Amino acid sequence: MAHRAILVDVTRCVGCGACVEGCQQSNQQPAHSARGFDEQTYTYLMDRGSDVYVRRLCMHCEQPSCASVCPVGALVKTAAGPVTYDPAKCMGCRYCMMACPFGVPTYEWYSATPRVRKCQMCEHRGDKGPMCAEVCPAEATVTGEREAMIAEARRRIEADPATYHPTIYGLQEAGGTDVLYIGPREPAALGLPRVPISHPMPDLTWRALKHVPDVVMFGGVFLGGLFWLTKRKEEVARVEGKGKDEGHE
Amino acid sequence: MSEDSTRPFRFGFWTAVSGVLVAALGIIAYFRFTRGIGAVTNLSDGFPWGLWIGFDVLCGVGLAAGGFAITATVHILHLKDFKPIVRPAVLTAYLGYMLVIVGLIFDLGKPWNIWHPIIMWNPHSVMFEVGWCVMLYTTVLSFEFLPVVLERFRFSKLLGVVRSVTPVAVVVGVILSTLHQSSLGSLFLILPHKVHPLWYSPMLPVLFFVSALAAGIGMTVVESFFSRRVFGRALETELLGRLSRASVVVLGVYLVLRLRDLWVREALETLWPLTREGLMFGAEVGLGAILPMVLLASASFRRSPRRLAWAQGLVVLGFIFQRLNVSVTAVEAATGQRYVPSVSEFTVSVSLVALGMWAFVLACRFLPIFPQEAEAEPATAPAGVREPVPVPVADVETVG
Repeated sequence: MAHRAILVDVTRCVGCGACVEGCQQSNQQPAHSARGFDEQTYTYLMDRGSDVYVRRLCMHCEQPSCASVCPVGALVKTAAGPVTYDPAKCMGCRYCMMACPFGVPTYEWYSATPRVRKCQMCEHRGDKGPMCAEVCPAEATVTGEREAMIAEARRRIEADPATYHPTIYGLQEAGGTDVLYIGPREPAALGLPRVPISHPMPDLTWRALKHVPDVVMFGGVFLGGLFWLTKRKEEVARVEGKGKDEGHE
Repeated sequence: MSEDSTRPFRFGFWTAVSGVLVAALGIIAYFRFTRGIGAVTNLSDGFPWGLWIGFDVLCGVGLAAGGFAITATVHILHLKDFKPIVRPAVLTAYLGYMLVIVGLIFDLGKPWNIWHPIIMWNPHSVMFEVGWCVMLYTTVLSFEFLPVVLERFRFSKLLGVVRSVTPVAVVVGVILSTLHQSSLGSLFLILPHKVHPLWYSPMLPVLFFVSALAAGIGMTVVESFFSRRVFGRALETELLGRLSRASVVVLGVYLVLRLRDLWVREALETLWPLTREGLMFGAEVGLGAILPMVLLASASFRRSPRRLAWAQGLVVLGFIFQRLNVSVTAVEAATGQRYVPSVSEFTVSVSLVALGMWAFVLACRFLPIFPQEAEAEPATAPAGVREPVPVPVADVETVG
């Protein structure tokens, strides 16, 4: 199951903003300063002080909540890695925005035909991969197969344990993501969302949803049985009542 | 007598209020559909579900639960005493689901795609399941309501056919209701990070189902009480009392489930020191469940229809509190976001309730919703002439 992932190395980031610029170009958005996710912004840099810059983007979860909750399959996890969005299918329920544990999807609140907006790992660029990785001058964002990215992350941490915090953010979070972070501090100190759940989030829903066929089958038999039993009782009572009446008369 | 003198004024007043609301609804709809949801709501990327989901959808569906509860009582359990309240309950449910759909047309970003789940499947999505169930159950409700219309226009043959499939429709309706009433709770299962521990629970689907049952019965009692006032008909006090005894049991089950769940998850600790969430929880569980349960358990209390209506009104309010606490209070607390619905959001919700009440009153006026009226209507015909009318019904019953 080789598929694409992105490794963000916070220690190497110089905060030049080339990734943000490249992202806006690649997605045909007007150039603008990016302070947080919004309908025009799929990625932005957080200035964490003392020359630490942390880039945020869609985490492209291995088993994404957004795709699992979407009633019409507008959001899907493609085999190649990206979690993509098809506005033609979307009906605008915004469950994906509720479900995302990383607070990534945004909405075109002031449009009459609104779309959900988020990074799609430059799926439109095909094999060329995400623009942010291509334009990064410091190898702070690199892309490749997930296993290769994990190996690269481990290599960098081992090569310089004094600089790197040993955690790879994205290995465990929400059951694993295809955007991975390494950096000089623990993920929470870098301002990355705390996602304590290390199993795929869709499992939480499936535990309830899997009972649906049982409810239908047992419910049908149970209710049908109740109907039949109480109806029979009623008929018996009617016949007996009739007999009694006749006897009296 | 005094009612007669006040009615014209009250009628005029409420007509005026409703007129203003409907006009406001039109204006808001215009801005909503030309400038986007953001133009009329206080929703944001950090708080994408608001009053329209929390009240119009979650409460609308739940308050319509009387429909499946009462039809099951009469058609599955064969407790025929409750027959007089079947039609009002089915009507309430039907209108409830219609209003939920109207609410969704406002809330969905692209409501013209509302039918997409029919052909674009994702069985892993709770929303997909809810969508299907609501679609199917609204169809079932049409079937359950159809006899009223057929009776009104005297399509006796068709009426017989529809009545013969009623038990099937009722069984299907109960299953569908069980599924989507609980699934509205399942919607929040995937959001452990976004719902305060007083409300997030793996038990949410069960809690949503049981509380909907309580609210459905509550609504049935409250609405019977008010329709008596509006239509001046006799109230089935004894029936409503018996229903309210059922409420005591349902509320008891609900409270055991709710409190046991909080205890097991050690969530009760978050109640102290007292916060806004704690207060909301207290109002929801204390005033909306424990108090009415205790009141309704008393036989002498149940003898007064007015008190019954009040206590059941508390159940309904407690239910609304619960749904809004899950969808707003708990999400605010867990995410640190603040959300106060805009005036437009409130107006839409209130207008939909007003529309529902109007539709209910009109339906009661022109359709045989209440059994007394059904018989009183053809008063011009001699009693003997009406005798043959029930015959096809009797035929059908022997067939079914």
